[in-house]
Amino acid sequence: MICFHFRSLQAALLLAMSGISAYAAPPALPGTMPNYFEQPSGEAVAPDSEGFIRRWLLLEPIEKPNRSNTVFTDSYLREAFNTEYFKGQTTVVPSAGKVVKVDGKKLRWHALDSKLFNIKLFRFASNLEKPVYGVLFWAVTVIDCEEEIKDVRLAVGSNSASMWWIDGEEVLLLSGDRRMVVDDAMSRRLTLKKGRNIIRGAIINGPGMSDFCVRFVDDKGAPVTGFTVEKL
Amino acid sequence: MTMDAIFKVTGVTAMLLTSLSAASQIGEPFIHDPSTVMECDGKYYTFGTGGGGLISDDGWSWHGGAVRPGRGAAPDAVKIGDRYLVAYSATGGGLGGSHKGSVLTMWNKTLDPTSPDFAFTDPVEVAWSEDGDDCDAIDAGLLLDPTDGRLWLSYGTYFGFIRLVELDPATGARVEGNQPIDIAIDCEATDLIYRDGWYYLLGTHGTCCDGPNSTYNIVVGRSRNVTGPYLDKLGRDMLKGGGKMVIAARDNMTGAGHFGRYIEDEGVEKMSCHFEADFNRGGMSVLAFYPLLWRDGWPVAGEAFREGTYEIESERRGYALELCVDFQRMEGGKHRFWEPVTEPLEPLKLQTLDDVIGSWSDGDINLRIGDYMFRPHQKWTVTAVPEAGGYLTSPYFKITIEGTERALAATADAEVVTVPRYTGGPEQLWRIEQLVDGTYRIMPKEVPGHDGELVLMSIADSTPTLGKFDFNSDNCKWRFRKP
Repeated sequence: MICFHFRSLQAALLLAMSGISAYAAPPALPGTMPNYFEQPSGEAVAPDSEGFIRRWLLLEPIEKPNRSNTVFTDSYLREAFNTEYFKGQTTVVPSAGKVVKVDGKKLRWHALDSKLFNIKLFRFASNLEKPVYGVLFWAVTVIDCEEEIKDVRLAVGSNSASMWWIDGEEVLLLSGDRRMVVDDAMSRRLTLKKGRNIIRGAIINGPGMSDFCVRFVDDKGAPVTGFTVEKL
Repeated sequence: MTMDAIFKVTGVTAMLLTSLSAASQIGEPFIHDPSTVMECDGKYYTFGTGGGGLISDDGWSWHGGAVRPGRGAAPDAVKIGDRYLVAYSATGGGLGGSHKGSVLTMWNKTLDPTSPDFAFTDPVEVAWSEDGDDCDAIDAGLLLDPTDGRLWLSYGTYFGFIRLVELDPATGARVEGNQPIDIAIDCEATDLIYRDGWYYLLGTHGTCCDGPNSTYNIVVGRSRNVTGPYLDKLGRDMLKGGGKMVIAARDNMTGAGHFGRYIEDEGVEKMSCHFEADFNRGGMSVLAFYPLLWRDGWPVAGEAFREGTYEIESERRGYALELCVDFQRMEGGKHRFWEPVTEPLEPLKLQTLDDVIGSWSDGDINLRIGDYMFRPHQKWTVTAVPEAGGYLTSPYFKITIEGTERALAATADAEVVTVPRYTGGPEQLWRIEQLVDGTYRIMPKEVPGHDGELVLMSIADSTPTLGKFDFNSDNCKWRFRKP
């Protein structure tokens, strides 16, 4: 037994000296968040079997008070989503843990893998003890394609309204008081280029649940799964 | 009828068609007892009683010029391999005359009389009747059975039985030793079709050849076997006079007879017939087409698409095609539903185009599909464009936002948009066809830069696009509802 303890201690010391942090558990997700999310692995992942992209960088919600979702007309949304809240909001791929300042408040980016096909923004915010109503979320992910993929569409469902960009180009707007519905709206046909493609979304909600789901579909409406989602 | 008379009738027709729903073909679609329509090298052909027949480039505009020798009555046609078999009958007079009839068949490699290959073979007699028979061997109907390749001929009139004989699909001659089978009684102008394990016998009842007073109408019975018994939906045998109505007088036309089926695509079927009197054309007997619908396994004529203002509803989700513009909320009309109402209830005013059009872009406006709220950006006026040609059941239509010239248009990237003003371009002309299940497909006449046919579809619940037609997908189907 003494011998066993000595060897264990030796191993722990060696790991610590070599800088390997495998033994350092990631910070636990608060509250009920583990029901919905988990910490991302260190590896790139595929979309799920139905093509849904589950790995996202989510910014803690920006307060955008609205007592009703009926205000989300196209004009309102374009103004809301084209307002600059923080530097590089339409260009930068943030790193997990990075903090931005919006109206004097510090908001942190979180890298998460959803356990569900959809991303439960409400649970993300509520478990971080952030505002859940009258909020605007930013979401970013990066996918890698080994080869160019033509004639695909970005398919989104969101609660409530949302706008989506790929590599900085607006590709889709879901306006109005919306519930999250799979394949509710799709972009026009587009090409995913070989290499990195940055997908960015902004989701706005007044009262009620907030979430979204995203996948690519091909020209027959079948899910596209031939890419990986980068480690974030 | 003289050519002068035809021209006068045609002129009147043109005027009437501008104010009425277009229901029968334009041009000079004058024919009696038309054969099943055949497509040959991009043109449509049908033959009638008395020799000759009609030709159309697009299915909507018809004119004389088809050639069928032998004169006689009520031909039919079927394509077998790369040849056309035409059956027609030499009549002894019919009605109050002799009932000594004879059905003959002949082949041709093409139906185009200008083709060097155009040459009918010598006619072969395949069925006949004598004056003493309970049958009058005219009014041929041909069926090439898709299940086994056997070829069948039905024939007969009100004078006794409708009979069935088997022909050789290689020669068009009667199968040696084959004896006629009685399959119906007291109808005429029969046609046989097959669908989903059932054989259908279409026949005509009512009074023939009485112009505006002709009560001719087409009925149907069905059987699991080509030889019958053919029962109607009530279970009555057509040998006892049974039959369920497929089409009767409609659209200012009387005397529907001589059914023909035309399968355009999976789920896209048309039926042809004549009407013995088109009231809009001086009572002339005319060729007409309607969508052929199938309800609970029974064929029935659909409706000619009527101009008007509609909600265009997606079959996929039930949302409505609309402009991507700001939804304009309406003021008033909200009540505390838990409190009793004391004030008088006045009707709410509908939102009008003038209320909202100022907030719309003057340029192109994209489309989406959304909750139907009978608002101006969701109301589409569908208007025939007769000068743009047409297809088997209708002229092309323009589809504009009600009260405006803002028109639905196909784009070069196979999407849809609205342009501020209708210009008559082929990308702004739409073919609207009722499918066998009663829904519609909506197809642009041309998609810029695309050769194939694309249809309006819901690629997502809220997103319209253009794509290949698939009858088995609700994405490709729409409904037109009155707003």
